[in-house]
Amino acid sequence: MKGYRKYFLNKLGWFLVTLVFAFILNFTLPRLMPGDPVAAIVSRMAQGMSDATGVRAIYQQYTELFGTNKPMVEQFFIYVRNVLRGDFGYSISMYPRTVASAIKSSIGWTIALQFPAIVTGWLIGNTLGALAAYLKKGFDKVLMPISIFASNFPAFGMAVILMVIFGVTLEWFPTSGGYGFDLIPEFSWKFIWSVITHYQLPFWSIVLVSIGGQAIGMRSMAIYELNADYVKYARFMGIKDRKIIGYVFRNAMLPQITGLAMAIGTMAGGALVAEIVFSYPGIGYTLLNGVMGQDYPLISASTLMITIMVLIANFTIEILYGVIDPRIKAVQAD
Amino acid sequence: MKHTIRQVFHSGKFVFGFSILMGILLIVVIYPLIVPDPPLRIIAQGTFFEPGIYVNVYDSITAPKYTLNLEEAAAKRIASRLSKDDRIAMRDWLVASGVPEDEIDIDDTALLLDLWETHFDPKVNIPGMTNAKRNYYIRLNASLSGLLATEAAIIAAKDASTGALTEKSTITQSDYVNVSRVANVRFLPLGTDNFGRDVLTELVTAARVSLQIGFIAGIIATLIGLTLGLLAGYIGGLVDDIIMFFTNLFTVIPGLVLLILISFSIGQDKRGATTIAIVIGLTSWYWTTRAVRAQVISLRNRDHVNLSKLSGHSIVHIILKDILPYIASYVVMAMILQISSAILAEAGLSILGLGPRTTEVPTLGLMMNWAMIYYAHTLGKWWAYLPVLITIALITFSMNLMNTGLDQVFNPALRE
Repeated sequence: MKGYRKYFLNKLGWFLVTLVFAFILNFTLPRLMPGDPVAAIVSRMAQGMSDATGVRAIYQQYTELFGTNKPMVEQFFIYVRNVLRGDFGYSISMYPRTVASAIKSSIGWTIALQFPAIVTGWLIGNTLGALAAYLKKGFDKVLMPISIFASNFPAFGMAVILMVIFGVTLEWFPTSGGYGFDLIPEFSWKFIWSVITHYQLPFWSIVLVSIGGQAIGMRSMAIYELNADYVKYARFMGIKDRKIIGYVFRNAMLPQITGLAMAIGTMAGGALVAEIVFSYPGIGYTLLNGVMGQDYPLISASTLMITIMVLIANFTIEILYGVIDPRIKAVQAD
Repeated sequence: MKHTIRQVFHSGKFVFGFSILMGILLIVVIYPLIVPDPPLRIIAQGTFFEPGIYVNVYDSITAPKYTLNLEEAAAKRIASRLSKDDRIAMRDWLVASGVPEDEIDIDDTALLLDLWETHFDPKVNIPGMTNAKRNYYIRLNASLSGLLATEAAIIAAKDASTGALTEKSTITQSDYVNVSRVANVRFLPLGTDNFGRDVLTELVTAARVSLQIGFIAGIIATLIGLTLGLLAGYIGGLVDDIIMFFTNLFTVIPGLVLLILISFSIGQDKRGATTIAIVIGLTSWYWTTRAVRAQVISLRNRDHVNLSKLSGHSIVHIILKDILPYIASYVVMAMILQISSAILAEAGLSILGLGPRTTEVPTLGLMMNWAMIYYAHTLGKWWAYLPVLITIALITFSMNLMNTGLDQVFNPALRE
């Protein structure tokens, strides 16, 4: 157990360091943007106002509100303090709405969409890859080119094509939004059904995109393991094929779990794009609104949330990996 | 070296991928020589013209006429002006206005038109009919006039001072022009986009620019990744720790997030295609570093490297002569993947509205973005987005196929 604790603490420390680094990047990069975002809202607010002193007063009020009149370092510490309290400031494009409320209303959608979709894609992909490695011949010949093609198909492309086929042409599923535009979120069958139908297209577009890459990875891992010496030895010993396959795929699975930990950032990126195509009310769509409205508090908070979600997912996978792979404990205990 | 290349070209997957890529490159190079138009010039007034051959009507009036007596000409003419849907709509109107349904035969054009002419009245209010539908019927009615006419159409010229019309020529129903004798014919194989630009010309340029972005980003990422990977793997110690710290950091922070933040902070005006390429290159080096480092570590203690060390060769010499040749195949494979993922990254950024600025050159991502903003996909204007998607998919697919082919050549365990 001691070995595992060391592994756990190591990973936890790493998680925190990355978080701090990502946080700093998130704060600084959008604020390097040329041009004054406050001037942009003021010019919108003061439309038709001819009184110069009035405009200046509005401008001052807003610089104070967004804190852009203070030096960058001071802004950073204020930001840290506020973020710890869950306060991300006001959104510039949706003023007077706060960023926290915009994020809060979208984060649930994103988690409910991406987490199951990525896990499903990973499971299906690995099963197909393992089957291709084991069955070879026809199955492999058909599956491999399809997988290579699918894994290189851009995420938004898959989303658009699913949308055109099932949303526009066949009209099986609605093409945009998280629920019917004529409904208010409530706990009724009608609303839940609407959510379910709106869920299908974004979900399957994420699943389909992630299957290909996983299948290719699993296939080459499994082929590698199937040729390993222990497999030959086990065959000579006369152990049943079924049992050997069990060992082989457990061993081939481990690198795939690490692969998932490393790829989860990219997968989340693709999933965000799928959200945008379907106007799904998650973080990706909020981010798009932020970009359109030159709204850096909103962009900062959205990217921070995405990073945190990815980091947590990554951390969880690595912790699980430590539990599954006995070698980790052995190495750390030395 | 020669042997390796020959071996590579024996791999079916590699050759297939390579031919697709070369085909695309060839088109990108040759097409602009044939059609030298600037890719972003707006030629069409209006959005999303269908793919097809556009023949100038004015020129075809003065073009030499040929008489062809074709049997189905009249039937085709009527069908093109009165579609099946229109016939059904006419029947619906007639039924709603009180004509018994069994008297109407929508396949008998003369009878249908006769009934329509006697019964249709734009002023009649049919209960439950929307205004848009009523306008549709009025338009339909106007387009029906002269449908069954067999006389020639007359081309008249207007006298500038008196305004009187004089007959210039007549066009009978069996007159034809040869398309090659008409002065102005424009072939738009993929129609026009939302701004009225020729999609094919735009697409070819976009593919070129996207490939350039991919190559620049891929080369930058590979150079950085290779250098850092060699340093980390060969020197080890503190250098390795520092490099691996940043590599691990960039591995977990989602690449798209970094790209979004950096492109946003550069600002719209300063974002050229090259800038975007550099940004993509600077944010994607880390996994090349990781792969190169792992390779170098396994090579570091080989006998030939140790021998080189004992012979007093410099670090640069050892890396260039004793390590680099062994990892060259991996580096090439990593670079191919970097190029294809850079093309996808550009497209992803452009979809978000953070791609290169839109005034100079199109990229595949920008074309996709424009099509999405103008709802080409929901309006069924497939020519505005499908060719773009296919191009992106073909480029990345061909590159990954080449990569898989190379992998099978250099990694015997994966061979069948």
